Amino acid sequence: MRQQFARISPHSLRLLALLLALLATILFFASQIDGYLSPRMFNRITTSAAVVLPVAVGQAIVIMTRNIDLSVGSIMGVVAYMTGQMLAVLPELHPVLVVLACLGLGAVAGAINGVLIAWGRVPSIIVTLGTLALFRSFLVEWSDAKTITTASLPAWLVELPSAVAFSVGALDIRVTVVIALAACLLMGLILARFRPARRLYAIGSNPDAARMAGINAPLVTFLAFVACGALAGLSGFIFLAKFGNITVVAGLGFELKSIAAVVVGGVSIMGGSGSMLGVLMGALLVDTIDNSLTRWAVVSEFWRDALLGMLIMAAVTVDTLANRSLERLRAAKGGEQ
Amino acid sequence: MRILTPWERGLLAIFLVTLVLNLVFVPEFLTLRNQINLFQLSIEKIIVALIMALIIINAEIDLSVASVMGLSAAIFGYLVSIGVDGRFAIMACLAAGLLAGLVNAFLSARLGIPSLVVTLAMLIGFRGLARVLVKDNSLGDFPTWFTDLGQKGFLGPIPLSLWIFVILLVVFGVLLHRTTFGRQVFIIGTSADVARFSGLNVARVKTQLFLMSGLVSAFAGLLYAARLGSVRGDSGVGFELDIITMVLMGGVSIFGGKGSMTGVVLSILIILNLRNGMGLMNITGHMQTGVIGLLLIGSVLLPNIVSGLRGRRETS
Repeated sequence: MRQQFARISPHSLRLLALLLALLATILFFASQIDGYLSPRMFNRITTSAAVVLPVAVGQAIVIMTRNIDLSVGSIMGVVAYMTGQMLAVLPELHPVLVVLACLGLGAVAGAINGVLIAWGRVPSIIVTLGTLALFRSFLVEWSDAKTITTASLPAWLVELPSAVAFSVGALDIRVTVVIALAACLLMGLILARFRPARRLYAIGSNPDAARMAGINAPLVTFLAFVACGALAGLSGFIFLAKFGNITVVAGLGFELKSIAAVVVGGVSIMGGSGSMLGVLMGALLVDTIDNSLTRWAVVSEFWRDALLGMLIMAAVTVDTLANRSLERLRAAKGGEQ
Repeated sequence: MRILTPWERGLLAIFLVTLVLNLVFVPEFLTLRNQINLFQLSIEKIIVALIMALIIINAEIDLSVASVMGLSAAIFGYLVSIGVDGRFAIMACLAAGLLAGLVNAFLSARLGIPSLVVTLAMLIGFRGLARVLVKDNSLGDFPTWFTDLGQKGFLGPIPLSLWIFVILLVVFGVLLHRTTFGRQVFIIGTSADVARFSGLNVARVKTQLFLMSGLVSAFAGLLYAARLGSVRGDSGVGFELDIITMVLMGGVSIFGGKGSMTGVVLSILIILNLRNGMGLMNITGHMQTGVIGLLLIGSVLLPNIVSGLRGRRETS
């Protein structure tokens, strides 16, 4: 029994723990809130998680390379706003082109980060702390205090958040959820099956060794930031569709929300590990707690941020302690041989 | 007198340029009122920047400072609003600051979780607690002696907070450059492993720094509440960006081990003069923040480019 337990990889163990945490959270709130296990609540949580999932996937890629991107919230805001503006002028634009424009705009912002970090050799935390402010002030200047409203958006975009892709029993899966899941799945497949993508892990787990193995570390880092920017752009698109009314504060705080989903999802902040399945569950767990707290009568909704902070801290602490005891276990085994 | 490092000389030159520009283009710049205003508008940030310099030289970071400020201000507002005496409320705020520092210290210095992650989580967590206390309200009605301390002159026209900044500047300057503790901060910042093998108590030094950071931030939060006369849940949001910019532009290395108080003070003066000049020229706060963001990136990018070019010339 013990041996079988040891045979499960630490990663699967972590995913299992996440799944249990998610189930426990749902069961807890189901016992607290009347009518919690309803298709409506399911929609509320999944559509909310759909906004954060793409940007969390991007954040995960960056964190795997032992970097961080604090500017993603500002990128989302810029993309949502400028796309809304573009659609007011060109309402006939094909939806696929709109999504591509969002990805492209985000990628440009990500490329700015990437160049400074990869070739300018400025630490990512400094660059993205700076661009967090820069992109946002660009948006404020650009917008000229005007707001994008649903009235100026084409009908297909306004209807997109309530469009149903397919139904499983009584549960509807919305189109935005499918888009977000597709982005997550695609990135997961690339990371697992596409050999060059493994370089992301190599750089994150040991930058020096990666360099000696002939990996072009600056290029890979640059591409990670471009991908992160593009995915933040996709989140910006879903944000625009979901809310319709976009002001200059759009996307504010999403840098923290995405990091929360990533860290809770078991991606090590020290780089070199993590999976997209984990990020998906992390995003779901964070949004389940977020959306359920607003309905829970016992604590006021003002507790959301405080609990989110504690949740991240708890996840990281458990992760660190678990990893350390695992290392000790491995070291002990090595001693026996 | 120590000769300035090249970086500090560069900062001094930039400072003189901004000073001259302000003198030429802004007529009301050189009034005593404006000079006090110049410091007063960012006084909480520049006070926290002093301890942040020590933390970054120690190769750690504290992203939670602005949230601790907000939390401290919120605790004060909340306690006063339920009728607690202002002096006790101040004590409670400072205690909360120490506690916040202790939490950061325990998780990063003792458990070994990177301070970047710990303080990022606490940035959210402490801010959340401030929101719990203040909700959507704006809490005011502070005792007059409290707001007077924040707004009026103390010993002449200069407000108390500015005196405190000067005192803390001397205290932290001496602590960093003239004491054993300061040497330890530098050594640990250069290499924690070497420091550990040399028998230094790395965790203790780091713990003391985070405690100081919590305390100073909580104090800055009180100054903020006193200056504005009211407290909201988002008091001080985003201040960490300005604070870290001040420190890094002052020549403190983000990787630790390098930096000086002189550099930090010069960088503070540059940023204050820039903000003041831009403000008087009616450039919006958002634009100013953008300029600061640009400065932050530039201050690290520029030396990298210079050393890169120098390296290329040597190899060719």
